[in-house]
Amino acid sequence: MNWNADCEPGLILIHRFMYSSPELRLAVLQIRTPIIQTKSKKFCKLMVSWIKASGFSRTVLLSSSHAYQRDDQQLLGTPLRYLQTPSMQKVTGDRLKEMEWREMETVSTFPGVTDSEQRLYIPGGGATKGLFTDSCAEDIPLVVVLIFCSEGDNIPDAFTLLNHLNTWLHLVDAPAQMQPKWRIPASWRLLFGSGIPPALF
Amino acid sequence: MATFFGEVLSVYSRAVEECDEDLDENEEDEQIHREIEENREVHIEWGPEVTQSLGSGSNTLQCSDLIIAVGQNAAGFLSACVLNAESWDAVGCASLWNERSRGSSRQSSAPLPGEPACLFYRHRDNPAVLICQSTCYIAEDQLFQWTEKVFGCLQNRGLNVMVLSDSPMAEYKTSEYLYGSTIPFIRSLKSSAYKCQAFCPAVEQPNILTGLPAAVLSHCQVHQIPAVLYQCYSDVISPDSVTMETYKPALTSLSKLVKLESCPSADVLRKFAKISETQSNLYT
Repeated sequence: MNWNADCEPGLILIHRFMYSSPELRLAVLQIRTPIIQTKSKKFCKLMVSWIKASGFSRTVLLSSSHAYQRDDQQLLGTPLRYLQTPSMQKVTGDRLKEMEWREMETVSTFPGVTDSEQRLYIPGGGATKGLFTDSCAEDIPLVVVLIFCSEGDNIPDAFTLLNHLNTWLHLVDAPAQMQPKWRIPASWRLLFGSGIPPALF
Repeated sequence: MATFFGEVLSVYSRAVEECDEDLDENEEDEQIHREIEENREVHIEWGPEVTQSLGSGSNTLQCSDLIIAVGQNAAGFLSACVLNAESWDAVGCASLWNERSRGSSRQSSAPLPGEPACLFYRHRDNPAVLICQSTCYIAEDQLFQWTEKVFGCLQNRGLNVMVLSDSPMAEYKTSEYLYGSTIPFIRSLKSSAYKCQAFCPAVEQPNILTGLPAAVLSHCQVHQIPAVLYQCYSDVISPDSVTMETYKPALTSLSKLVKLESCPSADVLRKFAKISETQSNLYT
């Protein structure tokens, strides 16, 4: 792994950035900041209408959810989950199930009450649920791929999520049984603060 | 979050709670949310001359240069070196309320001297040059409003922006430990449309700029306005003449816009800095 060459000083990157790769026919929207909660609904509506207007054949939403809120069953096995809109189901068919991906479980609206209605719950996922439900309503082919993770150093979680996505989309070639060599962004440096004062020793 | 050596870093959680949209808001809830939003609204109040200019024709002010000072040292530097020349008129203010800027809740009157505030000044001989001194805290949900409302009053065409901003040294990330004579220091960041040379090195990755300077620079980047930000990292929390002096190279660009007094001495700068007195000393 090597650091991203784009670590030159003075390179301005703002809170939302769109990257595109014409060769891969891929666009990536990186959302670097949380959305203010009171604006979340508006954000979802704007995003969904933009996705629709842009005519993307499929959309993948990478997200995460609090690991500490998993139920007993979710503690076992893979921390990766997916959700797909009905429109996406028509595109992919049973491909994701055949790859043994696990669909995100619903939770009881009233835990402990039998026959209680089931609902989708993605704690720590921000606007993920809103974007998913709005995409369902607007017939947008969208799949959510998320990972259960905890606060802290999420670099390994990022690689796990990306490698999982790559097994489906084959964005980057990798030798058999090996993970691709990803480039690490400069923003991942010094996650835990600056250098140590030498006088300490 | 504490590091291994006990340093406390202000690290914000990247997780965001799910917005519970299953709950339908009743009328009372909606009214409460509306009132909260109204309380947190940013109001830009201009003086009569500017209001008149905005009211006629294009609804925007012609502005060639906007200089924004964020923080007490940046604002103190502009007060001492630029605004001290008495060729500036106070033309407006931004009033807002949030949990940390309660003092600016009076929307009908101008802030008192020394009170955290956001004030606009215009040069008498060159009215296309505006200065903004911002010493009050602007919350995350108010930053977008502030930039949209302020820049909404200015013509984008021909506009250049310079931001001077204070930052604590603790927020600067570098693999080499910095100490002593290297502090305070300045780093710059430019929008893609800014083609001139900055007077100091660019801020290195992986540093992140936040708050009003980041909001202004993001706005300028999106709208292709030439803008440069000079962020001064200091290890002193209170206003300090040494930190103010670090902004001196900015005078070279400013002197091309307006006539400035000769750069004040350190003594004059000290007058603009609060001297923090020790309230109690445990050992005497």
